[in-house]
Amino acid sequence: MERKRSLKERLRDWDADAFDLTNEIAGPMHPAPAALPERPKDAEPEDALAAEDFRVLRRAYPILAALLGLMTVVFLLVAVFDLPPFGAAGTPTDNEVALRYVRDGMTETGAVNLVAGVILDYRAFDTLGESHVLFTALVAVLILLLKAEDPAIDDEGTLTLRQDRIVTTAASILVPIIVLFGLYVILNGHLGPGGGFSGGAIIGAGLILYAVAFGFSRLETKLNLGSFRIICLAALWFYSLSKCYSFFCGANGLHTVFSPGTPGRILSAGLILPLNAAVGIVVACTMYGLFSLFQRGKI
Amino acid sequence: MQGFWEQVWNVRIPIAAVLLFAVGFVTLLLHRNLLKKIIGLNIMDTAAYLMLTSFGYIEGRLSPIIQNGNTDPALYGNPLPAGLVLTGIVVSVSVTAVLLALTVRLYARYHSLNLDEIYAMAQKEHGLG
Repeated sequence: MERKRSLKERLRDWDADAFDLTNEIAGPMHPAPAALPERPKDAEPEDALAAEDFRVLRRAYPILAALLGLMTVVFLLVAVFDLPPFGAAGTPTDNEVALRYVRDGMTETGAVNLVAGVILDYRAFDTLGESHVLFTALVAVLILLLKAEDPAIDDEGTLTLRQDRIVTTAASILVPIIVLFGLYVILNGHLGPGGGFSGGAIIGAGLILYAVAFGFSRLETKLNLGSFRIICLAALWFYSLSKCYSFFCGANGLHTVFSPGTPGRILSAGLILPLNAAVGIVVACTMYGLFSLFQRGKI
Repeated sequence: MQGFWEQVWNVRIPIAAVLLFAVGFVTLLLHRNLLKKIIGLNIMDTAAYLMLTSFGYIEGRLSPIIQNGNTDPALYGNPLPAGLVLTGIVVSVSVTAVLLALTVRLYARYHSLNLDEIYAMAQKEHGLG
């Protein structure tokens, strides 16, 4: 039987059978170079700037870098002294914008948690872009790390996840509580501290703990690339569509369609609750997907 | 002298943020290990968040969650910096993920995390060295 390959060996061989579009993107003009031969362990480290021309620059670099850092700090410290005192009222940031949000935020959005009201109602486009940044990062990592299907590589990925008694017992107790707490944080986002991003991160952490304790194969029947694609895209589509209607209604015409309801009720605050749920789904999927991709090169 | 230290105490959080920023900046500039550079970038992000959130805090006021339906603006802190920091955290997580994925690919190709070595090998490969 073949010896278990170490993480380093697997990482080294990764490129050979990787899902690599470099050749197709670069075209025949600039083919990707073949993998380099391995250097002996005790070889002299190669030096980019060892050439004669760069000797001065190489010597000067740490000094210049330290000087640059020092200058930045000095300038910033001088500038910091012009700031208003920490915690004082009536500073330039404590202006009519914050006043308006606090005074009218609850009646206009229906959210008791004003931060949720700001990020998912007044500034929902900002949060829409933010969710797309997260999704784009996931796609970029997918392109970089997704490996071609290879039955020779076992399912548990590059690191051998040991089935440890302590970890499995702790996970079997903790994972339901973690996921439940994440759901609470998402659904309670407009009533108290929390929201889609924090709740999604908590659920993602629960999924990661489950995968570490029991292996990916158990999650794979539900959370594979296909379902992942559908869930993430459905959440993002819902978010985009539900925020595009304000193009047609005018920025402040939202509440004629979706009433803010009674502030403090769980079913209130118009679209904030479903938007929180959509964001939470995207964040949870992204967290688990990133872990799975870094761990074993596939979802 | 008394006045100076009082002034320092007044801006203690921004000063801490600047020092944290400096730590991250110098880590980013002086280390050649790609992972340490990413850690430095994350420390700089954290410094920016510390600075931003400190602007939203007003002494003696509550966090911006309406209590008992009381919407008196003099009771609550500023909700805006919290929202901005939330956006920033998500963006920095995304950037970190992409950077780490690129680092994994670079390591797979060049068996090294040292930026200078990677640079030298890449130059040699393309006949520029």
